[in-house]
Amino acid sequence: MKIIVTDREGGERELEATDGWRVMEIIRDAGLPISAECGGACACATCHVYVDPSWFARLEPRGEEENDMLDLAFEVQDNSRLSCQITMTPELDGLKVTLAPE
Amino acid sequence: MTGEPIRTDVTIVGAGPCGLFAVFELGLLDLKCHLVDILDRPGGQCAELYPEKPIYDIPAVPVCTGQELTDQLMEQIKPFDPVFHFSQMAEKLERTDDGWRLTTDLGTVIESKVVVIAAGGGSFVPKKPPIKGIEAYEGQGDGSGVYYAVRRMEQFRGKRLVIAGGGDSALDWTVNLQPLAQSLTLVHRRDEFRAAPDTVNKMRALVAAGQMNLEIAQIGGLEGRDGRLEAVILKDRDGERRLECDALLAFYGLTMKLGPVAEFGLNLHENLIPVDTEKFETSTPGIFAIGDINWYPGKLKLILSGFHEAALMAQAAVRIVHPDRKIRFQYTTSSSDLQQKLGVA
Repeated sequence: MKIIVTDREGGERELEATDGWRVMEIIRDAGLPISAECGGACACATCHVYVDPSWFARLEPRGEEENDMLDLAFEVQDNSRLSCQITMTPELDGLKVTLAPE
Repeated sequence: MTGEPIRTDVTIVGAGPCGLFAVFELGLLDLKCHLVDILDRPGGQCAELYPEKPIYDIPAVPVCTGQELTDQLMEQIKPFDPVFHFSQMAEKLERTDDGWRLTTDLGTVIESKVVVIAAGGGSFVPKKPPIKGIEAYEGQGDGSGVYYAVRRMEQFRGKRLVIAGGGDSALDWTVNLQPLAQSLTLVHRRDEFRAAPDTVNKMRALVAAGQMNLEIAQIGGLEGRDGRLEAVILKDRDGERRLECDALLAFYGLTMKLGPVAEFGLNLHENLIPVDTEKFETSTPGIFAIGDINWYPGKLKLILSGFHEAALMAQAAVRIVHPDRKIRFQYTTSSSDLQQKLGVA
């Protein structure tokens, strides 16, 4: 399984993804610059990504807590997500996300 | 505004769980502690990021919240009378004849033989919007420009204010500054607010009475001339619009930055402080680092690891503060001496 991540400079990286991992963990462990300060507790909004529109509707919708936390993010868009709240499954093989500015 | 130095045994930078537990371990060895923290209360990340979130991996505590853990630690260290210096940042660390002098940004000066850095992910500082050139408008202090906190309300009297955010800080300041301001607009990305419902109702009543504006949008940019802020650019699905103002107050929560600790002269490894695993001492004798801020092979950023590190650090610290004292290893269960210190004997 793979995910495709576009960094803040526009560079695209294909990352090996593991079933059951959070997308934030996949991005962080690949060494990409995502601070994910709270470690995945949905408490900080520092793992903000934009999900490619073709993928967005295939994800479980945002939870209320995630939506609240997005208030602490900048340049929030309709396709904004906190990547700690997206769990990798085989259906998401090929998921495309872009790191949001911070 | 630097005051008379405070003398103590150990200065702890950071009052998160590891800094607090260090007070306990040092206290059992008769060492007195002063703690400095940028937050206005103890608990560090436990207080700021997840006060209500459950923690399941504290040994023998099947579940507790960040706030409960903090409260329990405060209770546990009470017998040792730690002194807290809150809402200030450890700014400068200098060597003295027999130890260290730590100065905070509020001018508190603490001298001690031992310094323990338990600063977690660094200092909590306000998140700044990623807008090019925003720095040029910061720190003007006359009620104009960009602010991330309100230190003096009076400077905003008669100003045209824009407040951004949807939490308690944004809503509290909206309600408090509205009577002073010439005009006030609250800008938030959605028509829902995390802030206390009572404050949200007050804000909505002010809007209904025509005494302030609410804009559902995000801050897309700033406009100004010669360093004077003139307007913010609001962005929503329909595009951009310009809102004239004197000041923008942005409340997007806090983020962690290593800050002045990086200038303490310690070796750093990817913004972490390398330590040995015998004493958790840094490259500089007398300065220790425990908890999330340190690094060693096999390091796990767990609260329980920080507790272990605190215990071993204390054994080394007491040998620095009292080099001539014979150190006896004792258990709290059986030592009447320790029980006396804990006030339970």
